[in-house]
Amino acid sequence: MQRTTEAGTTEARPAAAGGLADGAAEQDQRLHEHLRDRARFIRTETVRLARIAGAGHYSSVFSAAELLSVLYYDQLRIDPGAPRAPGRDRVVLGKGHIAIGLYPVLANLGYFPPSDLDTYTRLGSPFGDHPDMKKVAGVDFSSGSLGHGLSIAAGMALAGRLSGLPYRTWAVLGDGELCEGQVWEAAMTASHYRLGRLVAVVDANQLSIDGFVSDVMAVEPVEERFAAFGWQTCRVDGHDVAALRACFRSLPDQDDGPPLLVVADTVKGRGVARMELSPDWHVGNLSGQDYDDVLAELAGGLSPSGPGGTEPRTDGAAR
Amino acid sequence: MSTTRSPSTLPEGLAPDAPGPTGSQDQSEIFNGTAQVGALKDSRSRDGNDVRDVPAFVFGEELADLADVDPRVVVLTADLARANRANDFAARHPSRFVNVGIAEKNMISVAAGMASCGYVPFAATFASFAALLGCEQIRTDCAYPRMPVRVVGHHSGMSMGFYGTSHHSLEDLGLMRCIADLTVVCATDANHLRAVLRASLDHPGAMYIRLGRGRDPEVYPEVPTIEIGTAVRLREGTDLTILTTGTQVRACLDAAEQLDAAGVSTRVVDVFTVKPLDVEEVLAAARDTSAVLVVEEGNVSNGLGTAVGEVLLEAGTTGVRFRRHGVPDEHVPVGPPAALYAHYRLDADGVTAVAQDLLR
Repeated sequence: MQRTTEAGTTEARPAAAGGLADGAAEQDQRLHEHLRDRARFIRTETVRLARIAGAGHYSSVFSAAELLSVLYYDQLRIDPGAPRAPGRDRVVLGKGHIAIGLYPVLANLGYFPPSDLDTYTRLGSPFGDHPDMKKVAGVDFSSGSLGHGLSIAAGMALAGRLSGLPYRTWAVLGDGELCEGQVWEAAMTASHYRLGRLVAVVDANQLSIDGFVSDVMAVEPVEERFAAFGWQTCRVDGHDVAALRACFRSLPDQDDGPPLLVVADTVKGRGVARMELSPDWHVGNLSGQDYDDVLAELAGGLSPSGPGGTEPRTDGAAR
Repeated sequence: MSTTRSPSTLPEGLAPDAPGPTGSQDQSEIFNGTAQVGALKDSRSRDGNDVRDVPAFVFGEELADLADVDPRVVVLTADLARANRANDFAARHPSRFVNVGIAEKNMISVAAGMASCGYVPFAATFASFAALLGCEQIRTDCAYPRMPVRVVGHHSGMSMGFYGTSHHSLEDLGLMRCIADLTVVCATDANHLRAVLRASLDHPGAMYIRLGRGRDPEVYPEVPTIEIGTAVRLREGTDLTILTTGTQVRACLDAAEQLDAAGVSTRVVDVFTVKPLDVEEVLAAARDTSAVLVVEEGNVSNGLGTAVGEVLLEAGTTGVRFRRHGVPDEHVPVGPPAALYAHYRLDADGVTAVAQDLLR
C-alpha cells in the first residue's frame, strides 16, 4: 500500500521515503518497524473503538494485528481511491469479528475519513461489530457467520479466472472457525478447481470462546489436513512481521495451481498481558483505569519476545 | 405399495392408489433428468409411462441461450446437473459451469463470491437442500449484501413423492419469504420458467426461484411477458378467487372449470411472485369476489396463504370467506406424487372440493 497517513498525523511510509543511499537491509528494517507500528495502531484503535461500543472483540484482533498490518500495508494490491476496481486483490474476513481492527486500517489508508469511526456501533453507523460491504468502502464481502468466508473467497477466485484478472483472494480464518464443516467443503472446491490465487491465512490463536481449541474441538494438524485436501501449506510466526512478509512474498502467484494455506501461529490477546490466552477476553469491555492501563501497555508496541505467556502452547493436545 | 398389504391396513385417512407398474409415476427421472440414458429397449424400463411428451426441464437450455449474449451468467450445482439439466448449460458453456459436489451451503456461498465480482450466478439444487440446508447462506451471503445470486430450488414441495420428507420442501416458501431483501418467485411451467430466468437477469438483489419437477403441466402455451412482483390473472370470475402459485396453478385452473360448470364463477390468479407480494391483486380478490382461496404445494404455515391472510387482515377486510389450502402442518406419508396430491386435495378434484367447502 502506498498511503499510510495515520489519523491526525502526517507520517510517511519509511520505506517509500527511504533515500537511494539506504541499503536494502536498512529499508527492510525500516519497513518492518513501520509494520510493527501499524500493528500497534490496530490494537490501540481497537481499544478506543470498543469503548465507544461498550464492548468489543479485543483479543481476536490482537492475535491478527500483525497479519492485518502486513497484508494491508505491504502485500495487497489495492487502491483506496478505487475500492471497487475489478482487478484489486480481495480480502474476505472469515473471522468477521476482527472488523473493529480492520476499520481503522481502511480509514488510515484513505477509504473514508478516520472521524467516521467515531460513530462505531451507534445507531445507523456503517460500522458494526461485523463488516458490511454495502456500507464500508474497502470491505470486499460482508461476514460474521463463521465458515462461509473460504467459500466466498473461492467464488471470488473462480470469478477472477473467468474474468482473466490476475488478482489474489485472501481469506482470513480463525483456527476455531475450522470446526465449521463448510470450510472443508470450500477447501475441496479450491483444490479441485486449482485456485492457485486463493490464499487462506489461519490466525491460529489457539482459543475459541469456550477455551483452547485443542480442548473444545481439536483442529490440528491444520497443515496436514489442508495438505490432504490438496493445498500447498506453510507455517509462520504470526506476530513476526518480517517472517509474515517473507512468507507472503514467497507464495506462488499463479492460477491453476494448488490453493495456498498459511498457518500463522499467534496468541489470542497478544500485547496485553491480562488478555493473552485468556478465555475471558473474547469479548470484553475496558473502562476507567483499566482502559488507560491497557493503552499504556500497548503504546510501545510488542517487545520482540513479548510479555509473559506469549509462547504458543506446545503440549501434545495443541499439536 | 406392497401387494401384501391390504388397503384396510393403511393409516387412517389414506386411500389406496393404483399399484405399479401401470399406475406408477416415473420417479427415476428426478435424478437422471428426462434425457434418455443407456440403451434400454423399452422406454417403460425407466418409467411407467412414455416420457417423450413430458415437458423437460428447460433450465439449462434457457440459461445457455441467455449466456450466449450475457457474459454475467454462470451456473452452479451440487451434484445434480442431471436432475436439473444444468448439464445442458455445461455442454455449451463449460468454463462458466461450477459443480461443487454434494456441498450445497458451499455452493451458495461460492455463488455469492462470484456475484460480488460482477457475475449473475444461478445456483441450483433440490429445493429441500437449497432452502433448508442453505437458508443461512441465502440470508447472510446473498440477501443481506444484496448479491444477485439466484438460488434455484427444484423438485419442490412433495414432488419427490416416495423419496420422502428429507427430499420434500414444504417449508421453503415460509422460510424464504421472511428473509429481507430476498425476492421469492415460483416458476409455473416450462415457458414461465424461461420468462422468470430472463426477467431475473437484471432484477436487483438476491432471488429464490422455486421450480417444480420439470414435468409440470402446461399453463402458458408461449413464453409469457411477466413483471416480477405482478401477479397474472389467468381467469376471470365473480364468486371466488383462487390465488395460487407454481405447481398448483394448473390444478387450480382445472378446478375453476369444474366450479364454473357447477355455477361458481371462479377467478384464478398466478401469484408467481410470493415476495414481494402483489398486494393490489390480493385486495382486488377480496373486493371483487366474496371468497378467497389460496392454494400452494407446501406447509400452510407461513406460506403464500399466510402472506395473503396478513394482507387481508391488516387491510381490515371483512365479509370475505378465506381459506389457506396446502399441506397441513405434518410430515407427509409415503406415496407417489399424484397419490399425495390427491390425498391432500391438491389435484383439480381436490381443489374443487375444498372450494365448495369454503363456499358452503
